[in-house]
This record gives sequence, C-alpha cells and structure tokens, in this order.
Amino acid sequence: MNYTIHFSQVVEYIPYLIGGAWISLQVAFLAFCGGMVIGLFGAMAKTFGGRMTRMVVDAYVSFITNTPQLVQIYFLYFALPEVGILMNSYQAVLLGMTLNAGGYLTEIQRAGFLSVRQSELEAAETLGMNLMQKVRYVILPHIMKVLFPSLSNLYILMTLGTSMAAIFGLEELTGRALNINAETFRSIEVFSLTALLYIVVTVVASLLLLAVGRVFFRVKGKVF
Amino acid sequence: MWERIAEELPRFFTYYNVIFFLKAMFTTFLLSLVGCLLGSVMGGVLAVIKITKSNLLRPLRIAAVVYVEFFRRIPFLVTLLLIFFVFQALGLEVSVFTVAVVSVWIIATAFIAEIVRSGLEAVPKTQWEAAEVLNFNLRQTLKMVILPQAWKVILPPAFSFFVLFIKDTALASQIGVVELTYSAKVLNNKGFSAALAFGFVLLLYYTISYPLTKFGTWMEKKIEIS
Amino acid sequence: MKYLSIDQCDAFYGDQKVLECVSLDVDKGDVVSLIGPSGSGKSTLLRVLVGLNQPTSGRILLEGEAIDYKNRRSLKKARERFAIVFQQYNLFQNMTVLKNVTVAPVKIQGRPKKEVEAEAVLLLEKVGLGEKLKSYPDELSGGQQQRVAIARSLALKPEILLLDEVTSALDPELVTEVLDTIRLLAKEGRTMIIVSHEMGFVLEVSSKIAFMDAGRIIEVGEPRKILEQPDTDRAREFMGKILRH
Repeated sequence: MNYTIHFSQVVEYIPYLIGGAWISLQVAFLAFCGGMVIGLFGAMAKTFGGRMTRMVVDAYVSFITNTPQLVQIYFLYFALPEVGILMNSYQAVLLGMTLNAGGYLTEIQRAGFLSVRQSELEAAETLGMNLMQKVRYVILPHIMKVLFPSLSNLYILMTLGTSMAAIFGLEELTGRALNINAETFRSIEVFSLTALLYIVVTVVASLLLLAVGRVFFRVKGKVF
Repeated sequence: MWERIAEELPRFFTYYNVIFFLKAMFTTFLLSLVGCLLGSVMGGVLAVIKITKSNLLRPLRIAAVVYVEFFRRIPFLVTLLLIFFVFQALGLEVSVFTVAVVSVWIIATAFIAEIVRSGLEAVPKTQWEAAEVLNFNLRQTLKMVILPQAWKVILPPAFSFFVLFIKDTALASQIGVVELTYSAKVLNNKGFSAALAFGFVLLLYYTISYPLTKFGTWMEKKIEIS
Repeated sequence: MKYLSIDQCDAFYGDQKVLECVSLDVDKGDVVSLIGPSGSGKSTLLRVLVGLNQPTSGRILLEGEAIDYKNRRSLKKARERFAIVFQQYNLFQNMTVLKNVTVAPVKIQGRPKKEVEAEAVLLLEKVGLGEKLKSYPDELSGGQQQRVAIARSLALKPEILLLDEVTSALDPELVTEVLDTIRLLAKEGRTMIIVSHEMGFVLEVSSKIAFMDAGRIIEVGEPRKILEQPDTDRAREFMGKILRH
C-alpha cells in the first residue's frame, strides 16, 4: 500500500462541502413536501375513492415501491425527452424524488387514515363536516401524531437518498465531493469527510425533527 | 416514441441481449442476497454485543453502537465510492462486484443489527432471567431460549430489508458493476430508445421485487398465525 | 455455623435503595416466609440470593462460605444450590413441558438424558402433570405452568428452593393446586424461602416468618407470634390490614 492519508489538502474544501450539504437538505425538503401532498391525495383516494381510483393509486404505489429510484430518475431524464418533455437534471431529480416519496408517503398516510377511530369520524359527521373539513380538522391532526416517527424516519432516508442527485450532475454534498475528488485525487479523505458530513447533517435533522415532534405533535421519541 | 420502440423491439430482444439482461438480473439479485447474508451474520454479532451487560465488554459495546448509528446515516453511494477507493489504495485487485458486495455488507450489517436487537429485546426479560438462574451462559441462552422465540420477530423485517436493498443496488452501476441498471445504460448507449431500455429494466426490477414483497407479507402472516 | 446466613445486605435498584441492612439466618429444613407490603423488598431479597440483583454491601454465606456474586464460578455454584420459582412462571415458551424440566440438567449439567428424563417424569407426576409431558406452556393453565416451573427447579436438585409469590398471578381456583404441591415439599423437609400473601398457608407451612417493610427486615420469629402478636407497630398495622380483608 502506497497511499498515505492527508487530510490537510481537503480541509480547505470543508465550507464548500457544507454548502453542498445545505443543498442536499433543501432537495430532500422540497421532495418531501411534494411527496406529502401526493401522499395525502393518494391516501384519501385509497380510503374514500371508488374502485378505479383505488386501482390507479395501487398501481402507482406498487410501481414506485418495487423499482429503484435511480432508474425512475433515469427514465424521467432520458426517456421523457423522446416524447418531447425536456427537463434539466435538477428538475428531473426533484420530480423523480417527489414522485418516489409520494408512493411511500401514500402508504404511510393511508396507515394513518386507517388508525383514525371510526367514532371520531362519526362525531365529525354529526357536526356536518364535509370531506375536506374532516381531513383538515379530524384526520390530519390525529395522523400527524401517529405518523410522525415514520415520517421523520423517511425524511432521514430521503436526505441520504439525495446523494444520487450527484449522478445527474447536481452539486449537492456528494456532487461536490466528486468535484473535489477530481481536483485533488484525495479520494479516501474526501469521501470519508463526506460520509461524516452526512452523519452530522442527519443527526442534526433528527434532533430538529425530534424537537418539532415534541412541541407540535406531542410525540415522544429518541434520536437514535 | 411508440413507433420507435416498436421498430427497435426485434433488435432489442436478440438472444445475446436477453442473456445479457438475465445475467445482469442475476447479479442484481446476488448482490443484495450475498451482502445481506453476510450482513446478517455481522449484524447478529453486533446485536448480541449491544445487549451484553458486562463492564469488560463496554468498549466493544460502544464500538457496536457507533458502527450501527454511523453506517445507517451514510448514503449507499458514498459508501460504495469510499470502499472502491479504499480497495484501490490498498492495492487489492478485486472485482467491482466484490467492492459492491462489501459495501452492501457494511450497510446491511448496521441495519440488520438493529432489526436483530429489537427482535432479541422482544423476548420478555423474564425468559432471560429464567435461563440465567438455571446457569445458562449467553451462548446457550441465545441458542436454546431466545433465538427460537425471536426469529419470528426478526425474519420479516430482515427479509424486507433484503428486498429493499435489491433496489438500492442500482447504485452499484456507478462503479461499473454490470447489474440491471448498468445493462440499461449499455443498451441506451448502443442507441436503443431510453424509454425502451430503462422501461424494460424497470419492469425487470418489478418482476423481482413484487413477488418477493408479496412473499414477505405472506410469510409475516404465516408466522403470526403459528 | 448457620446453614444459610444473610448478613447486612444492601441492594439498589437504579438509585433507589431496595434492601437495607438485611440479615436473616436459615437452618437446614427451615421454611422461612417473607411477608410485608408490596415493594418492601421481599422479592428483591430472593433475586439477590440467585444473583439477579447484585448486593452492594453485606455478605451471603452458605455453610460458612461467602458467595462472591462478582465471580462467575462462585455465582454458578450458588445457582446450583439455589433454585427460584417466579411469579410469572417464566417457562421457556419454545419448549415442551418435559424439555423445560430436562434442558438444564442435560445441557448445562451434562447429565445423561435418559436418566434425567426418567426423573423428570417422576417429578411431573408428583406435581400432577404426568399427562402433559408433550404440551407447550401456552397450552396449560397458569396453575399447571407454575407446577411445571416448580418441577423444573427441582430437577436441578437444589438445596434451597426460593418461591417468589408463586400464586399471585393465578386465578383463585388454581391457587390450591400449587399450594398443595408446596405443602408436599415442606413435608419432605426441603429448605425453602417463600414470599407469599397467603397468610393462612404461610402460618401452616412456615417454621419462621420475617416481616419486611421499606427494604428492611422489621421482625423475625415464630409464625404464630409474628402473625398474631407482633412486637412492632408497623407489623401490627400490616397484620391488621391483612386480617380485615
């Protein structure tokens, strides 16, 4: 072995990497929010929809959860131009991640819907609430409390998942790591530092989520 | 798009391409299977270390906790690249497949360790105590009392992790492992429509993942009843 | 020299002191009952004896020899001489009744399987479960499970049997069958330490009763005396409450 570890050469890039981590968090956040909206409609469709609607949602969820996210994004990025839909890499990655999250979040939120007690729904019925009001005032507050742990878990996994954006040339954390690697050839140092930053970022995210859960949804839980 | 696909189809499904896809599919499957099997062994060891109580093993316990927490917070792609370069730096001539298997192994160890630990903890503490006062040592307690009860809790989530990772191994295409995703890229580069190449590979992933997922759910129900 | 002597033992559960300067002597063939309000440390004392809770100070002597609970070999030897039966029976759920009884003698003590099985069948017949050898714990009633648990601990041929509220988890109609089994053991002259809330039973089988409160042994003595004319106010108050039931 004739490789010696020199962290000194990559130290100057740390702020650049941290900037990348910030982009990773943003991408994850945007995709998560988009996915939540899709998931909410998906879950509503599966709970209250007719047979056809349910079948369409089932097909979507089944497709998303049984194929790799990377290939989904490849498809969007390379195949859609063949029918004239052109996207830049950022749009393709974001759309891909959002659609992917939507599939998983449909499943998660549907489980939440199912856990709403029938009696609460009947109470809402007698109060004369319509569907949107029921969702807004009865179902959502309840499922947020029940689902918060699995939602935060998914958010962390999605933050890690954003690293595949680098494959499409996005300069988020992994993308920037690849840039530094190409410049310095200090591969081990660069990627171990990157790994460490992912750990820091996700631990910070977990802590924030924990605080949010405690304050807004009365969820007890631990970071690790 | 449809005319182009229709036109390309006969050329796409030649004997050699079909063999190429089947091999790639097998590689995809094997990558997750071998990585997860190795990961189960190591994860099992880590889980057992984590539940020990003795002061002597404290440093090992801390190491196990750090390992599990860290490697669940590193993206698979970054692990792949890191392991790839570590092998290179060590001057070890190994195939990219080996690099990918080792990476799956490392990540799977961390996740499966948590699955096994919660399985072991699902067995009531009183079963441990009963074994302890009968002078069972840790190995005997695990083998004769805890594992025969805990496997029902461990197997379903461990299996779904394996199925989940079949999809994550798509990232191994980035270091040149000829698995399904890579095979789609190859055919796309040969000039075939991306819709056809990637669409077909999505379908292949689905045909692996969907039955396995169904099998997992069936198994979980079956175990629950028994 | 006393057979078993507990000498000024302290024990903690987390930060809480659960045993405080507990001393108690047990002679061979004694049946000592521990009574007192819940949380008074009765069960903890039994758990300390088998090393499930570590004493923080004090000594426990068996035939004059101190047990070193920090030493594996010493602890192992102690556990061969003590056997404990738990409130929740704690039978191994994955084993048949016969396997539950034979597993430790065969796998841990390395005794011949045939011999152990023959003994186990006799033991199970003695506790009235000769028909249930092939059953699994979840197919038995609580009383039956508890009798298997007693047979399991006897299979190891312990010198001292510790019974930790063995009837508390049982439905009232199942209590008698377990008490009958214990009566049988008392008649055989087994040394036992019993934690129990069944005062009539305690009075009948005990040679000695210790009243515990807040982690201490408040009073020790003749069964009838402790139950009917205790010296301390706390014991009197407790007995008063029990008798009013």
